[in-house]
Amino acid sequence: MESIFYTLQDFMTHSKGITYLIMGGILIFMPLYWLFLTDRDEKKETY
Amino acid sequence: MSISRRKFLGWFGGGLSAAAVSAADTAMAGGNHHFKGHPDTMGVLHDISRCIGCRKCEEACNRVNDLPKPEKAFDDLSVLNQKRRTHANAYTVVNRFDIDSKPVFVKKQCNHCMEPACASACFVKAFQKTPNGPVAYDESVCVGCRYCMIACPFNIPAYEYDDAFSPAVTKCTLCAPRIQKGQLPGCVESCPKEALIYGNRKQLIKIARERINKYPNRYIDHIYGEHEMGGTSWLYISNVDFSKVGMREDLGITPAPQLTSGPLAAVPIVVGLWPVLLTGIYAISQRKDKVAAEEQADAVASAKAEADEVMKKQIANVKKQAAKEKEAAIKKEVKIALEAAAKEAEEKNAETPEKKEE
Amino acid sequence: MELRSRISLRPLITPFNIMLGIIIAMGCIITILRFTGGLAAVTHLDDNNPWGIWIGFDLLCGVALAAGGYTTSAACYIFGLKRFHSAVRPAILTAFLGYALVVLALHYDVGRPWRLPFPIFWQQGTTSLLFEVGLCVFLYLSVLFIEFTPAAFEWLGFTKLRTFIVKLTLVLTILGVILSTLHQSSLGALYTIVPSKLHPLWYSAYLPVYFFVSSIFAGLSMVIFEGSLAHKYLHHKMDETHQKEAYGIVLGFGKAASFIMAGYVAIKVIGISIDNNWHYLFTDYGAWFLLELIGFVALPSFVYAIGVREKNIRLIQWTSLWTVLGIVLNRFNVSLIAFNWQLPSVERYFPGWMEIAISLFIVAIGIVAYRLATNYLPILHEHPDYCHQAH
Repeated sequence: MESIFYTLQDFMTHSKGITYLIMGGILIFMPLYWLFLTDRDEKKETY
Repeated sequence: MSISRRKFLGWFGGGLSAAAVSAADTAMAGGNHHFKGHPDTMGVLHDISRCIGCRKCEEACNRVNDLPKPEKAFDDLSVLNQKRRTHANAYTVVNRFDIDSKPVFVKKQCNHCMEPACASACFVKAFQKTPNGPVAYDESVCVGCRYCMIACPFNIPAYEYDDAFSPAVTKCTLCAPRIQKGQLPGCVESCPKEALIYGNRKQLIKIARERINKYPNRYIDHIYGEHEMGGTSWLYISNVDFSKVGMREDLGITPAPQLTSGPLAAVPIVVGLWPVLLTGIYAISQRKDKVAAEEQADAVASAKAEADEVMKKQIANVKKQAAKEKEAAIKKEVKIALEAAAKEAEEKNAETPEKKEE
Repeated sequence: MELRSRISLRPLITPFNIMLGIIIAMGCIITILRFTGGLAAVTHLDDNNPWGIWIGFDLLCGVALAAGGYTTSAACYIFGLKRFHSAVRPAILTAFLGYALVVLALHYDVGRPWRLPFPIFWQQGTTSLLFEVGLCVFLYLSVLFIEFTPAAFEWLGFTKLRTFIVKLTLVLTILGVILSTLHQSSLGALYTIVPSKLHPLWYSAYLPVYFFVSSIFAGLSMVIFEGSLAHKYLHHKMDETHQKEAYGIVLGFGKAASFIMAGYVAIKVIGISIDNNWHYLFTDYGAWFLLELIGFVALPSFVYAIGVREKNIRLIQWTSLWTVLGIVLNRFNVSLIAFNWQLPSVERYFPGWMEIAISLFIVAIGIVAYRLATNYLPILHEHPDYCHQAH
């Protein structure tokens, strides 16, 4: 990992790369958090 | 103590990079950061006024890159009658423009941009702006999507459409292998008129500026490539308007990566917020359905209750009625029975007095 | 709940099927030419025009018109509009086939199709909007495949697997909307990198928004259009629910499309005004732009509205075809007609007949696959064994 970016292209390659990984994390985290949030709700009747 | 030019340039470069580091360290945020490019980027200065259209640069490029020989030889200047663009295995071309009935010659090739559009566009990172200057192409990962060709504002990358099995994108390499060996790029070395000079980009800009200042009547007051598309390593000065020699002056100074940074920035926001929004809509619509179902159930229940009430009342009335009728019927029967009994008793009384007289 | 005969009683040799057969046979031959002779043997692509109709039609139009999948499933499962339920499976089938065929078409267009996994699995060009498109299309195709499987599992009798996947419906639908938003908009964003090559009336910082919003009414219109074709030619595969709900679907989708198209016209006008490009409207390209915006978005939006107000199903169905043509026109404009507008006409691109033949070949495969699926799988009818299970 570079400590200094000379070009916008290098900066964006680095920042977007990390951002994509974070996006993957969000897509996994959110459903789990939703389950946690609605755990103790009244159960909806399903047939 | 004499300082060799090489050492001086080395110190100069070192000082610049130190300044760049400190400048970068003080403003690393993406929002307003101005990227100055690799400090020791090399480049080429093309003096259009010196070019005589001999095509020796094309010939040298073909030779040092081991490219297949073209149909017409390089000393055949009749090709200059047509405007040409770079082509698969023709990394550079010289074009002639007749301006005020005088021929002007311009060499065209990859400009090795400071912020290359091809590198920004490539989805497999096949292009890289190397610290030395050349924008390098890595054929080993190229999928052949040709988005780089769409993106390049100078229309430089070409494609081997004829090749079914290993087609590659082709463009000038700034002779990176030769430079590593301490040689000049093929075209620069072969130019008989010094219309091409290779050196440190910042130095070249100084030289170009000096030349323009020294001969203001000869040169247009503009160094093409200093700022276009965020700056290029290949710089041009000219004795005629750039737009007259096929060089676009409407490209602007915004580097390509910045043009797409807006849409790219929106992408993670969608990933962050859409789950919240959509789940929220779902939850609200579920709640609405639930409430609607409850209200309907309530309405049904209260309607039923009302109907029950009415029913109960009717039954009670009917019961009362029945009880009344029963009572009336009983009374009637009792009355009839009493009357019958009274009549019987009367008849018995009438019989008994006769028996007493005997 | 009667099960209709699985095998179609319609004859196989019809003029239409013969035409499909010819197209498919030609496609196979041209495929061989493409992969032995390279792109030059089959296309009119050149160095100035690296993208032709395989990108302009197969990729851009294909993805836009497959948008019925995410819009319909969002309407039914996220917005809770259960009366659109019978439209979901046909829409998901269309979307799944559509995206699969887009990937097939890409194999023809890129120079080294065997390297298509590279950007995702080997070296990621994260600054590229094409990376964004590729990643999202790959993920979304997977999501669509999973969403499609319950229909196949019902046919195969894999009850436990089917029920498990049905439980995932909501998560898959939400993920589908996210991924669709991303790649529909990123396809438009591809062109933000070339302001110098795209005509100012079509170039805009709002390109991603334009492509995303138009994909919504493209999808809704395709559902109406395909539904009308299915009603005519696949009527015998439809159960009572499908037939009953069809009326409400046409009306409901027509209404939604009309309103969204009005919003789209509004943001297009804003795009012109914000860049102060009014004067371009008075040029030849300006006339063409107005034809696209007024003739193929504003007008059909209005006619949709008339159809909805008067409950005129026929009118809405014809307008859906009109709207679909408008989407195709827009994608062609951005990628082929307004792109490279400054080049002299000798240097402009026009597709070769073999390019067109391959595009038709891919559409023909889609039609055949759709018919096979609707004939054998519970797409236009509910499977009798699963009639009463919520999905």
